[in-house]
Amino acid sequence: MDAILIQILNGLDKGGAYALIALGLTLVFGTLGVVNFAHGALFMLGAFCAVITQKLLTVSKLVKDESITFFDAYKETPYLELWWGDFGKTIIDWSVPISILLTVPLMLLIGLSMERGLIRYFYKRSHAEQILVTFGLAIVLQEIVRSLFGANPIPTPAPSIIAGSAPIGAFLGLDEALVYPWWRLIYLLFSVFTVSAVFAFLQLTTFGMVVRAGMHDRETVGLLGINVERRFTIVFGIAAVVTGLAGAMYAPILSPDYHMGMDFLVLSFIVVVVGGMGSLRGAVAAGFLLGLLQSFASMNEVKSILPGIDQIIIYLVAVVIILVRPRGLMGRKGVMEE
Amino acid sequence: MGNIVLSIKDVNKTFGGLHALGDINLDIEEGKTHAIIGPNGAGKSTLLNVCIGRLEPDSGTVEFEGKNMIGLKPYEINHAGMVRVFQTPEIFPDLNVLENVMIPALAKQEGVFRFNAFTSLAGRRDIEEQARHVLEDLGLGGQIHDHAGSMSRGDKRRLELAMGLVQHPRLLLLDEPTAGMSRHDTNRTIDLLKKIKERGMTKIIIEHDMHVVFSLADRISVLAQGRIIAQGTPDEIRGNPKVQEAYLGGAEL
Amino acid sequence: MSKRSLLKNDWVVMALFTVAVLSMPIWLAPIGAAYPDLLQKFAIFGIFAIGYNILFGLTGYLSFGHAVFLGVGSYTAVWSFKLLTMNVLPAVLFAMVVGGLFAVVIGYLSLRRSGIYFSILTLAFAQMSYNMAYSVLTPITNGETGLQLTKTDPRMIDAMFVAPGEGLPSTNLFGMSMSGYSGFYFCAVLLIIGFFISLRIFRSPFGLKLLAIKSNQNRMLYTGFNTKPYLLTAFVISGVYAGLAGALMAVTDPLAGAERMQWTASGEVVLMTILGGVGTLIGPLLGVGIIKYFENIFSALNTNTLHQTFSFLPDWLEDIVVAISSHFVGDGWHLTLGVLFMVIVIFLPGGVMEGFQRIAALARRLSRPQQEKAIQTSEQE
Repeated sequence: MDAILIQILNGLDKGGAYALIALGLTLVFGTLGVVNFAHGALFMLGAFCAVITQKLLTVSKLVKDESITFFDAYKETPYLELWWGDFGKTIIDWSVPISILLTVPLMLLIGLSMERGLIRYFYKRSHAEQILVTFGLAIVLQEIVRSLFGANPIPTPAPSIIAGSAPIGAFLGLDEALVYPWWRLIYLLFSVFTVSAVFAFLQLTTFGMVVRAGMHDRETVGLLGINVERRFTIVFGIAAVVTGLAGAMYAPILSPDYHMGMDFLVLSFIVVVVGGMGSLRGAVAAGFLLGLLQSFASMNEVKSILPGIDQIIIYLVAVVIILVRPRGLMGRKGVMEE
Repeated sequence: MGNIVLSIKDVNKTFGGLHALGDINLDIEEGKTHAIIGPNGAGKSTLLNVCIGRLEPDSGTVEFEGKNMIGLKPYEINHAGMVRVFQTPEIFPDLNVLENVMIPALAKQEGVFRFNAFTSLAGRRDIEEQARHVLEDLGLGGQIHDHAGSMSRGDKRRLELAMGLVQHPRLLLLDEPTAGMSRHDTNRTIDLLKKIKERGMTKIIIEHDMHVVFSLADRISVLAQGRIIAQGTPDEIRGNPKVQEAYLGGAEL
Repeated sequence: MSKRSLLKNDWVVMALFTVAVLSMPIWLAPIGAAYPDLLQKFAIFGIFAIGYNILFGLTGYLSFGHAVFLGVGSYTAVWSFKLLTMNVLPAVLFAMVVGGLFAVVIGYLSLRRSGIYFSILTLAFAQMSYNMAYSVLTPITNGETGLQLTKTDPRMIDAMFVAPGEGLPSTNLFGMSMSGYSGFYFCAVLLIIGFFISLRIFRSPFGLKLLAIKSNQNRMLYTGFNTKPYLLTAFVISGVYAGLAGALMAVTDPLAGAERMQWTASGEVVLMTILGGVGTLIGPLLGVGIIKYFENIFSALNTNTLHQTFSFLPDWLEDIVVAISSHFVGDGWHLTLGVLFMVIVIFLPGGVMEGFQRIAALARRLSRPQQEKAIQTSEQE
């Protein structure tokens, strides 16, 4: 029972990340009609926003280490610590949450310039060409990151206050020994919150209404004299921010490295297809569903019956869904079927 | 009455609540040109799609030369001898004009699948001759090496027709063969279709243009709201008050 | 005109191609690309790309899973070395058969869908194979270490004829060692055969029908062709080519690892095909040549060599140029590749071959006004 609860949490947690990435991907596909293979790179860039924040906050200088008295010893000390002492230390400790302040404007900028600079020239070209050019872009982005930050994963820990685990067993009146990392709980809440915010934005604002209408029937909305193109640029920016945030907040869970984007890209496409091309609800549902499935498949009890199932479950589900129900869980009929 | 080639019996088709086709009964005689006319939304295209296997009727039968056609794949219907010429040109835009016609000629000869990766295309003079012949008949002989996708719309329609004719179908279904053509091109197409008629090919024509219909048809069926309201020779249809009322709103033909 | 009709003759083309490939060690020497290792790569990836082009170039189906067949080919070949004999012929044949069988299964399922769904299905199969090669299939693939030859391998056929010697045996073709130039010539002969088959396919009714499917698949159905078996045949042919290429990798270096199957490896063959010119006969080979050659050059460069190269510039400019360009060489080669690839897709979707055609067209346009002028002046006279 406890093991199952943990697996559910694990699954929802992973699912939260999948849902966020897939949400951005499907938003772009549904509105702009572009198959964006650089979407994984946006997730990776988001994670590196956390890295950059951490690096900026820990810009240091060499200071004489007073604790060593036998000889002159120097150690790297961040300016923040020099200026503000313990308060500075706390700020550094909180670099991942603080990175949100950097992630939002930076990812918006990246998203907007990507759309204006490249993507918009590919609206009218074939899906194959869209895939190819964004695949090229993904390679370029990941190689730039490698060139700047190196090839090794960079640890970006969560604030130490919440570095431990939450005694969820005690919360729920179950076994006291049942604990779960705080940061993962926060990530789950964060993803639910972000997904809700995006949906609320699309449902409640006029801007969102136009976007939804555009997803349904782009040509008609264009004929209504609404400047669809500018709105779509903004949609791309929003998608980049959502995906980037998902990446930044994921940094403490998975230390960012330059090729994490490619790994998540395949997954996010699978999620989108399972959910149904162009369906936002489908993308979110499929994200959580696949997260749960993957986490259950990695339980030892399951693996002993079906060895290796944890490695392939997601792809297996995707294959079955595409073959049996090509419009996915919630997709509309006819999207991309020809 | 001559030999019946295509026999449609009690065909019904609904889309949602809409009754697109109701109790259609239609027999097409061998060697005749049978026109189906009717106002927009009368169900003409639906009927054609049922014949060609793109749509499956809710009930009823479609028999071509005694064989059931319902549920067959499009390529099986093609090989049975029923060929459709599309209303919007469905050509191979990336190939040249000659190749566009060689493909259906190959289909006629090879069947649904043949792996001939090691014979040379240039060695298939027979196929090329057939294609050239049809293209010259249609006045496209001068542009056989042109890129099909960049032809004018009228030329694409003629190419489309050539792709149907090269297969020497037992029954040719023409979906508005002259829509969007100039008067000159229309007359040319009429002449051409007359020429095929002399060779004895059975045809079904769906057409808006009464000039075309009355120049070509041996028999006419009038569809309105998914039902056949009149059938007969052009003269009978011309004089039928029911047709004038339903289809032409009382105007003189 | 006569030049063009000559090129329409298959045998003339093949003769030219054969001479060009076999003399590569000579004419590639001036640009420093004539050593066996690189030549082998040209030939092996050439085979891979030619095969991939039969699928992608003729039918337009964009597969992201062809590295699976490459990997499977390598594993099969190494197992043939381990179990049967170090002779490369059985290894190559088995690899083609197994690659083809995998292609039948994956192709049959993936081709039930088209467009991006097809791409994602092939991607999913590729990832499944890759993940399984690393986990449950470790007994067959030897997991992360990769499958290698060992001294204790049975090598049943070899054991019947010769006693096992000291150390690891090397691959051979009836006694001829498959390392160095002989390895290249073995790959080159297979490349020539592979190119010949591809040429015949391109110029056959079958090839025309594949192109027609790419152009308008729906129309093909109404024209009387069942397109599924055509697509599957093309898919399997390209799978066999990939299996062969995988086997040759093992022939020249008897080792097989799962990273060969990763989807980014499939992306590489897409890159090569596009770069050279998808759907053209020779384009994919040009793509392979360009990518493998520059990979070789660029990866070897470092900051020191860059400083030497740009030493003619003023010092301050030299530092800037080196600082920027150093990101594009060595490990940064992939960055160059990504940029190159984007430029090609954006400006030259037809690849290098389209570039050639444009230049030829431009040359014709430039020479024509002169001719016209000449005619005009003669008329005036």
